[in-house]
Amino acid sequence: MASIALEKSKTSDLELTPIPSALKILTLITVFGLLGTLYLGLVNVGTDVEQGEVQRLFYIHMPAFFGAFTAFGATVFGGFMYLTRRDPKWDRLAVAGVEVGLALSTVNLLTGIAWMRPIWNSWWLWDPRLTSAAIMVLTYAAYLMLRAGIENPDTRRRFASVYGILAITTVILTLVIIRIRPDTIHPAVIGPSPQNAQGEFDATTGVVIALVPALIFYSTIFPITLMWYRIRLENLFDVLAQKKAQVLG
Amino acid sequence: MTASFFSVVIAIIQKDLQAELRSRELVATMILFSLLSVLVFSFALELDRVAEEQAVSGVLWVTIVFASLLGLNRSMAMESDNASIDALLLAPIHRGAIFAGKLVSNFVFTVAVGLLLMPLMSLLYNLDLLAWWLLLVVVLGTLGICVTGTLLATMSLQSRSPAALLAIVQLPVVLPILLAAVIASNGIIGGTPNSDWIDWVQILAVIDVIYLSLCFLTFAYVIEE
Repeated sequence: MASIALEKSKTSDLELTPIPSALKILTLITVFGLLGTLYLGLVNVGTDVEQGEVQRLFYIHMPAFFGAFTAFGATVFGGFMYLTRRDPKWDRLAVAGVEVGLALSTVNLLTGIAWMRPIWNSWWLWDPRLTSAAIMVLTYAAYLMLRAGIENPDTRRRFASVYGILAITTVILTLVIIRIRPDTIHPAVIGPSPQNAQGEFDATTGVVIALVPALIFYSTIFPITLMWYRIRLENLFDVLAQKKAQVLG
Repeated sequence: MTASFFSVVIAIIQKDLQAELRSRELVATMILFSLLSVLVFSFALELDRVAEEQAVSGVLWVTIVFASLLGLNRSMAMESDNASIDALLLAPIHRGAIFAGKLVSNFVFTVAVGLLLMPLMSLLYNLDLLAWWLLLVVVLGTLGICVTGTLLATMSLQSRSPAALLAIVQLPVVLPILLAAVIASNGIIGGTPNSDWIDWVQILAVIDVIYLSLCFLTFAYVIEE
């Protein structure tokens, strides 16, 4: 992650820079990766015997959470680096992480809801894991409120860094809650759990072929490309603010 | 660093307690709010005997959380009102000591509300809430709420609407604490065997330790000016 963030420093010199060729290549890979993983999940793999077509949502649902995890991890890293180095570029990485993570965890929640309706016969259940995932989304929404509420840019960056580090606890809670609350009906995908005894996610080779590439793509290339674009947008905001100040001054 | 860590902590606690003893502003507000909250809940939920037993720990914790929001806001605003936080920052003392001092005084005020609520709700809802285990859960839960609250109230004070922002940033962060505390309290009040809820007391203690170390380490970055 450090090398990516260092590349981003090139764009932080407050000038409108053209899209670097590395980002162009990354964008191309992202488009093909997105189409490829969708093909694997929606077309290539066989239909689930018990759940039917709706189970295909799972190939987006779980990878999206992993992508959010990567993005929120980048927020922690950016926050930590900002607090130690005080370079605004790290804060831009942090805010990019939060927005990309929020988008991906919203995808995670929405695909979960769409799957839940036919399988659990309900749009929403106050299940421990669903609750903790909702808490997670609200915490990062609160991060954006905190940023919007504080006017001094330096203070805003410092506070956002601290809150971004604190907020990762809700992501970790969402990860571990199926281990500490066995009454959840959310299936545990990795490792033994009481839910797996019902055979909901018996991973056959077809499932592995669809799931593993999606997991790798969604947790690395996809959030990195999105965050890079978001950082460029944040740089653009800075240029805009500077030009405004020039015109007014 | 002239003064030792603990003498600074004790001095801050002493200052806060003395100010509170003279004005009685903070605890009076929190207690009055708690009484009203308990009443509002019993009307809003139209509690009968069975519903009371199921809802009582929820009522207890919601009241503690919202009362703590009131107290935290006031306690941190007290520091910024007369710019006394600046004097604290000018003093050659460890920043962590300021956090520890404010944390302990916030905790004392909030736990006092919790301790008052336990006999009061036993009386009003005709249930036995006076158990040592419940006391431990109230202490641990309140500690967790005050740890994050002390940090976040210091932050939200810098914004245009501190009270609203504190509620928004504090509530999602304390939800894990609430989750553990409510389940443990439910078990204790319902009289189920220890093995059913003892894990939750442990989880609560673990969350407290995590939040305490995170907030202690990051507080110095929040108050540098």
